[in-house]
Amino acid sequence: MGEMSGSSTDVDFIQLLTPEGTLVSSDEYQNTCTDEQIAGFYRDMTLTRRIDTEATALQRQGELGLWASCLGQEAAQIGSGRALGGQDHVFPTYREHGVAWTLGIDPVDLLRLFRGVDLGGWDPDQTRFNLYTIVIGAQTLHATGYAMGLERDGLVGTGDPDRDAAVIGYLGDGATSQGDVSEAFVFAASYNAPVVFICQNNQWAISEPIERQSRIPLYRRSAGFGFPGVRVDGNDVLAMYAVTQQALERARSGSGPSFIEAYTYRMGAHTTSDDPTKYRLGDEVEHWRLKDPIARVKAYLVRNGAVTEDYFTEIDAEADDLAADLRKRCLELPEPRLVDAFDHVYAEQTPYLEEQKANYAAYLDTFTDDDQEDQLPVQGGVR
Amino acid sequence: MSRLTIAKALNAGLRRALEADPKVVLAGEDIGKLGGVFRVTEGLQKDFGEARVIDSPLAESGIVGTAVGMALRGYRPVCEMQFDGFTMPAFDQIVNQVAKMRNRSAGRLKMPVVIRIPYGGGIGAVEHHSESPEAYFCHTPGLKVVSPSNAHDAYWMIQQAVASDDPVIFFEPKRRYHERGEVDEHTEPQPLHTSSVVRPGSDVTVLAYGPMVKVCLDAATAAEDEGRSLEVIDLRTLSPLDMTMITESAQKTGRVIIVHEAAVSGGLGGEIAARIGEHCFYSLEAPVLRVGGFDIPYPASRLEEEYLPDLDRVLDGVDRSLAF
Repeated sequence: MGEMSGSSTDVDFIQLLTPEGTLVSSDEYQNTCTDEQIAGFYRDMTLTRRIDTEATALQRQGELGLWASCLGQEAAQIGSGRALGGQDHVFPTYREHGVAWTLGIDPVDLLRLFRGVDLGGWDPDQTRFNLYTIVIGAQTLHATGYAMGLERDGLVGTGDPDRDAAVIGYLGDGATSQGDVSEAFVFAASYNAPVVFICQNNQWAISEPIERQSRIPLYRRSAGFGFPGVRVDGNDVLAMYAVTQQALERARSGSGPSFIEAYTYRMGAHTTSDDPTKYRLGDEVEHWRLKDPIARVKAYLVRNGAVTEDYFTEIDAEADDLAADLRKRCLELPEPRLVDAFDHVYAEQTPYLEEQKANYAAYLDTFTDDDQEDQLPVQGGVR
Repeated sequence: MSRLTIAKALNAGLRRALEADPKVVLAGEDIGKLGGVFRVTEGLQKDFGEARVIDSPLAESGIVGTAVGMALRGYRPVCEMQFDGFTMPAFDQIVNQVAKMRNRSAGRLKMPVVIRIPYGGGIGAVEHHSESPEAYFCHTPGLKVVSPSNAHDAYWMIQQAVASDDPVIFFEPKRRYHERGEVDEHTEPQPLHTSSVVRPGSDVTVLAYGPMVKVCLDAATAAEDEGRSLEVIDLRTLSPLDMTMITESAQKTGRVIIVHEAAVSGGLGGEIAARIGEHCFYSLEAPVLRVGGFDIPYPASRLEEEYLPDLDRVLDGVDRSLAF
């Protein structure tokens, strides 16, 4: 194992399902999933990929300002997302579309942000999935603070499975360079917060490779802060499920934080704004294509006769329907009105903002209906 | 009625806030056993426990960032930034997260976070311990910014800030911490986002807040000897501004001077001057003038008495205004 590099491709990690689709086990972790569950993971990952490819297509057609693809990271997201308990809470980055899926977020609500219709179109309290956070790593502190709140609410270590709760804070490999992430680790360790940090190490922070972020494997970072870290085959949904489940249980029981490095690969661009052919080699992408998270589950299901061939056909049809529906509803999203944006800045409105809103509304009224039809929506700058 | 220092008044106000709502938690560096470097939180951890008065790791972004998470969990965190200059490591969490969470969620989420910042100079401190960064936060939609200048306001305004569902940046005039004043614990407090006429007058309006209010009151007393009547307004709220009171006074006197310690360029005084210009153009006898810090980094402490606006600089501003 490449101990002196954050990026060694000859890595040691927890794996329960090989790229060929055969089950393996380690001393610490075993697959506990039934074939029915595994078939469910296949469906989740296939639909997540379809949402992702449809969103990418929508961006290319000018319907989204930006899209952050999760192509290739479906296992890391579905495996960890499906390990969540009914009281757990998630603080995502801006790429956790698969995790959002596991929590029942309507995918069109993810698109709203990227289409520029709003800044986060779901209710974090109801869905237990916080809004996407664009500034790298900032959400790891929010996750930690929320976990500190759970602990203060007496929702940790009671032994009651319907009561105990934990938090997952997601981050990327680039975020591990951020001060906020180090501070989150300090706070989480210091207060023994029930939080699981899941780093999807997809090897690239836009164009910068993991070597630019870390000289040691990322999973070893947490040891320096005083809590366990583990590296998992992030393209193995069964391993991600098992390891996340155990880390969440540890957090819920009051044993404190832990860190999971999901060793995976971003198959697409960082976002639709960059061109990965400028900074990485095709060979590398091909190498990772052979480790595809969905193909190996399909191989397992076929090999073991867990489902019939019809199952795959049905899921493909479901994915096509989902994509068509998503596209339709994306295009139907109503245009937002700037005049409404004045209402959400403060809980208690300020007189000056009220005045600005009234003045703007009056200004709008000076245009005739014909004028307004001529006004095209302005495309805002997107990072 | 009690006669308290500003520090003790804040302590009493925080104590009452902690008693009033079990969701209120304090967090900051050295605020527990030590009671904060200015002793504002003295005795609170002893009485309310370590879970509610939290000694934080030495990481300002961490203090504010975890407060965001706690607020999302239903708590009402009150963060202490130990000194003004140390707020900057938390700048991202304050302006990108605290300020925007409500808007980002279209009003679904609230951020009842108070960030207490001891600010301003005059205590002979080293670098980064005498800053006046209020304009950064007044410039940020989503934040509310206030600064008490006396013990009574300190006692009430901190409780009102804690009770507010909006995030409040609470600037405490550190060189006034040990000045005493009457605190009426039983009166109905005036609304948080309103200003006060602390000395009525007719010739020139002097607008100040926090540590400069006392300087301006002293200047008004000295001006009276020269037969000039200054109206001193304690702004109390910096964002939103109480333009009703500011406008009324400007229209009455026709002359306005804004006094603050912060560097003049891009400071709050410029904003107030522009707003007065919009509202009171035909009432003004002179341009709105600013008396403030020079556009240099806060100097070494042996120079700060010269750097900070004092009675003479305020009176010089009065002379300039009346010369028009």
